[in-house]
This record gives sequence, C-alpha cells and structure tokens, in this order.
Amino acid sequence: MVRNRRVIHPRARRPFSVTRPPRSTALTLLMCLFLLYALVPLVWLFVNATKTQADLFSSFGLAFGDSFALWDNIARTFTYDDGIYLRWLGNTMLYVVVGAGGATLLATLAGYGLAKFRFPGRAGYFAVVLGAVAVPGTALAVPTFLLFSQMGLTNTPWSIIIPSLISPFGLYLIWVYTIDSVPTELLEAARLDGASEMRTFFTISVRLLLPGIVTVALFTIVATWNNYFLPLIMLSDPKWFPLTVGLNQWSAQAAGVAAEPIFNLVITGSLVAIVPIIAIFLFLQRYWQSGLSAGSVKQ
Amino acid sequence: MTTLTRSPGVTRTSVPAIRRQRRRWTGWQFTWPFAVVFVIAFIAPLGYALWLSLFQNQLVGGNAFVGLDNYVLAFHDPAFWASFGRVLLFLLVQVPIMLLLALTAALAIDSARLYATGFFRIVIFLPYAVPAVVAVLMWGFIYGDNFGLTASINDWLGSSVLAPFAPQWMLVSIGNIVTWEFVGYNMVIFYSALKTIPTDLYEAAEIDGARGWQVVKAIKLPAARGAIVIATIFSIIGSFQLFNEPNVLQPLASNVITSSYTPNMYAYSLSFAGQQYNYSATIAIIMGVITAAIAYVVQLRGSRKEDR
Repeated sequence: MVRNRRVIHPRARRPFSVTRPPRSTALTLLMCLFLLYALVPLVWLFVNATKTQADLFSSFGLAFGDSFALWDNIARTFTYDDGIYLRWLGNTMLYVVVGAGGATLLATLAGYGLAKFRFPGRAGYFAVVLGAVAVPGTALAVPTFLLFSQMGLTNTPWSIIIPSLISPFGLYLIWVYTIDSVPTELLEAARLDGASEMRTFFTISVRLLLPGIVTVALFTIVATWNNYFLPLIMLSDPKWFPLTVGLNQWSAQAAGVAAEPIFNLVITGSLVAIVPIIAIFLFLQRYWQSGLSAGSVKQ
Repeated sequence: MTTLTRSPGVTRTSVPAIRRQRRRWTGWQFTWPFAVVFVIAFIAPLGYALWLSLFQNQLVGGNAFVGLDNYVLAFHDPAFWASFGRVLLFLLVQVPIMLLLALTAALAIDSARLYATGFFRIVIFLPYAVPAVVAVLMWGFIYGDNFGLTASINDWLGSSVLAPFAPQWMLVSIGNIVTWEFVGYNMVIFYSALKTIPTDLYEAAEIDGARGWQVVKAIKLPAARGAIVIATIFSIIGSFQLFNEPNVLQPLASNVITSSYTPNMYAYSLSFAGQQYNYSATIAIIMGVITAAIAYVVQLRGSRKEDR
C-alpha cells in the first residue's frame, strides 16, 4: 500500500515530523468513501426534489429526470393544503426560538451559577442534574404526556416548549466551560467596582463564554428542530405540528384506503426542512468547533 | 477521571477565591430558573410516572393501588422482552461499528495526512443536522421498491439480493440509518478530544522515536478515552430509546415492524392505542432505570481504567 511505503520512508529528503507528516493520497481516497456515504443520500434528496412525480418513477435515482421541476415543487410544497407547510415551518421556528433559546439561556445561567458561586443546596443540585444527563429524554416523553394531559397542556405549543427548555448536558458544558475560561479574579475586580453579579455576568462573562454558549445553542437548536417523539405524542391538531411530524403525515398519505401520494412534496419538503439547519452549522462552525474542543471533552 | 464525574468540590477554581460570606444565596439568582423548569419538566413527570406505575385501571373497582403488580407483569411480558432483546442486539452490533468508524475517521482527520481536512470534517458531520424523520424518509425512499436506489441496483444485478425491508435485514437497515446520522457527530466529539493534546507531547514522543501507530496507541487513544466513554454512553441511551427510525419506517414495512418492535414503541402504543397508561408508565420507568444503570456502569469502567 502506498501509505505503508510512506511510513517506511519518513525521512525522505524533507524531514517530516509527527506533528507535520507528509500528506497521504491513499488515506485521502479512503476517506472519500466516508464522504460518499455521508453525501449520497443528500445528493439523492436534492436530485429527486427536482423531479415531477412521474419522473420519480421513470428515472434512475441519482440521475435528473426529463424535466427540472424544483421550483414548481417548492411552490407546490408551500401552497399544498392551504399552505400548511409554511405553518409547520413557522411552528418549528417558534419551538426552536423559544425552546432552544430558552434552554440555552437557562443552561448558561445555571452552569455559570454552579461554577462560580457556593450556595446552600449546590452539591445536591449538581448531583441531581448530572444524574439527569443519563436519563434519556424519550424515556420521559410518555410520562410527560400523561402529566401534561392532566394539566390541560397537551395540544398547545407549551407542551413542546416546556420540555425543550431543559438541557442538563448543556448546563454541564457551560459549567466546564466557565471553569476553564472565566477567571475568578476578573469577577472579583468587577465586584470591587461595585457591579452587581447579574451585570458582571451580562457585560463580562457572557463574552468569555460565547463559544460555549454557541455550542450549547447549536445542539439545543438541532434537538428542537429535529424533535419528533414529543410532538408526535403531545399534538393532535395539525396546525401545531412541527415540520417533522407534518412531513411524516404527508408521507403516510401514500398508504391506506384514500391514498393520495405526494412523494414529490415529501421529498421537496424534506429538502427545504434541512437547508436552514445545515446553513446554521456551516455558518457558525468556527464557534461550535472551538466550543466543543474547549468545553465538552476536555479532561 | 472522566468529565462526567468531576465533582463540584474539586474544580480548578481555588476555594478561597469563591466568596462564601454575604453572597451566600447569590448563586440561586442564576440557578433558580433552570431549577423551576427542571422540576416541572423532569422531576414531576418522573414522580407522576412512578405513582402511575403503582396503580391499575380495573374493570371492577376502577383505579386501584396494586403495588408492584405492573412490574411483575412486565417481567413476564414476552412482548416487552422481545423488544428489549431487539434493541440489545442492535446496541451490541451497531454501536461498536459506528464508534469504530467514527474513531477511525477522527484519527484520519487528526493525522494531518489528509488533503482538504476541513472539508472532510464538515461534510461527514452534516448528516447529524438532518432531522431523524427526514433521514428516515430519505433512506426509506432509497430502500424502497418504487424509485429507490435498491430497486435500481437489483434491476442492474438482475436479482433481488437487496431486500432492506425483509425481516432478517430490517435491523441492519435501521442500523445503517442510525450510523449515517451519528457517525459524523461522534467523529467530531473524538476529534475535539484529540485536538486538546498539547503539541509538546507529540514532540516528546518524536524525540523518543515514536512513530505512526505508536503515537496513536500511546498518546491519542488515551487522550480520547473520556470522549469515547461519553460517546458510548450517549449511543447506549440512543439504542435503548430507539423510536424515530422504526416508527417512521413502519408504514413501509408494517408486517415486520410491529407495535412492540422497540420498548419505546411498545410504551407508545400501550398509551395511545391501548389506553394502558399505568402499564406504559411502568415500561418507561423500567427502560429508564436499565439505561441509566448501564450508562453508569460504562462510566465507572471507563474511569477505573484511567486510574490504572
């Protein structure tokens, strides 16, 4: 193998070091298989979003069809059934902004508070929240539904938003990140200047914590944007559905007695649903990658 | 020391620096909002589920306290154990494969031997951003007979070797979807851990004459251990809680994916098709306890190895 040959001659002319080894074409090609695995389904989704329903059946999966119907498909996705898709998109946005935004705020405040202050009940607080990291959210979904239906909260946006506000792992991330990047001396100096703790937090600490906050925000955004089990259980009225539940309902239309398949809309709707979240990740990658390496896994 | 066990008492902040006096309750200013929602959305449902699991809605006598009868019922319920066995099998096969792939990719990216490293990293990570429902719909189409790639490949081969929805292949098909969704995420977690290794450690290794795999074994893998433990725990949780993928695939293969295919699907159908809320809560609790217990054992094992 080419790679082995390279290892045998590590000192050929230019001295390569462990930290700056020679580039390997073989390894790059091998990793291209990984790349293909990740990309083929996404390419499939894009290619098939450009097809009419007839083309879907008549053309090869990864080849374009006779007509390029992407714009038409998008228009039909947004207007089908009185524009219900737009409503679902709006609902998803609402759940993401309030749910993930709130979760980030609460986790940041609490993680910071636990890292920088001693207060009665702190040890117990910390132990309970860390224990919660290991309790899967989905295990709580059915019990939460049962409780919320007693409280009359099911089939309202609150039934999605309230459970989304809790991110024990986010709190943990911010806690680690605070310890690593907010010097206590700086807070002491602000205190001597007479600033209140909240003011110090919002003017000084937040800036130092930014990469950590962005990381937590991104992961809570993904969790809320992708949430399926909870809204499936909680909501029965399609007008509160998020995109995930709505798309699956569209997909289910293809089966059954009154089958009315809209494969092209399911595919185009899926494509439209992933574009914003992928854009967010690409746009903010500098932040979340540094946030992850500094916060989540540092020993 | 794994990251999850770092207790608040041994933080790097020096104790005298944290003000104990007059600010005693200040910490609650920051922590009460999380605590309030946590009680509503975590503690209360947990408590309610525990309470529910001790009752039964009987035809005669209505809602009656039955002690641990629901748990006894669950332990003798073949449908529950079949679903449990299925996710256990899934866990034992899919998780190692996915984590090994992720670790390999992370090491390759960290090796600095690739061209266009950043491109690989971000593209392999991308599927994580795709909602599970969209991923499953997409793969469901690809697997499908109508206009999927599977059908095209079978046509081309002139046979029907690929049958993703056949009973014996269904778990593999689901495993592929889950791997696709999370391999990049785990890769990034591992890569982040590898990136925290200080450069002088590599330089020291180089002076000692360490090369290639020796560096991987002596420096990189130990440094990634904490991340591997965390990724393993999250993957175990994900496997035991498997729901989205089989649920969305169900219409495509309703004879294979039964309503008790996974424990979560079982709890779901007990609640929503069967109205057996008490028994459903019992199943959710049993699965939560088993998951948390196994996560805890993995964490203990992971940290004990590090102490050696």
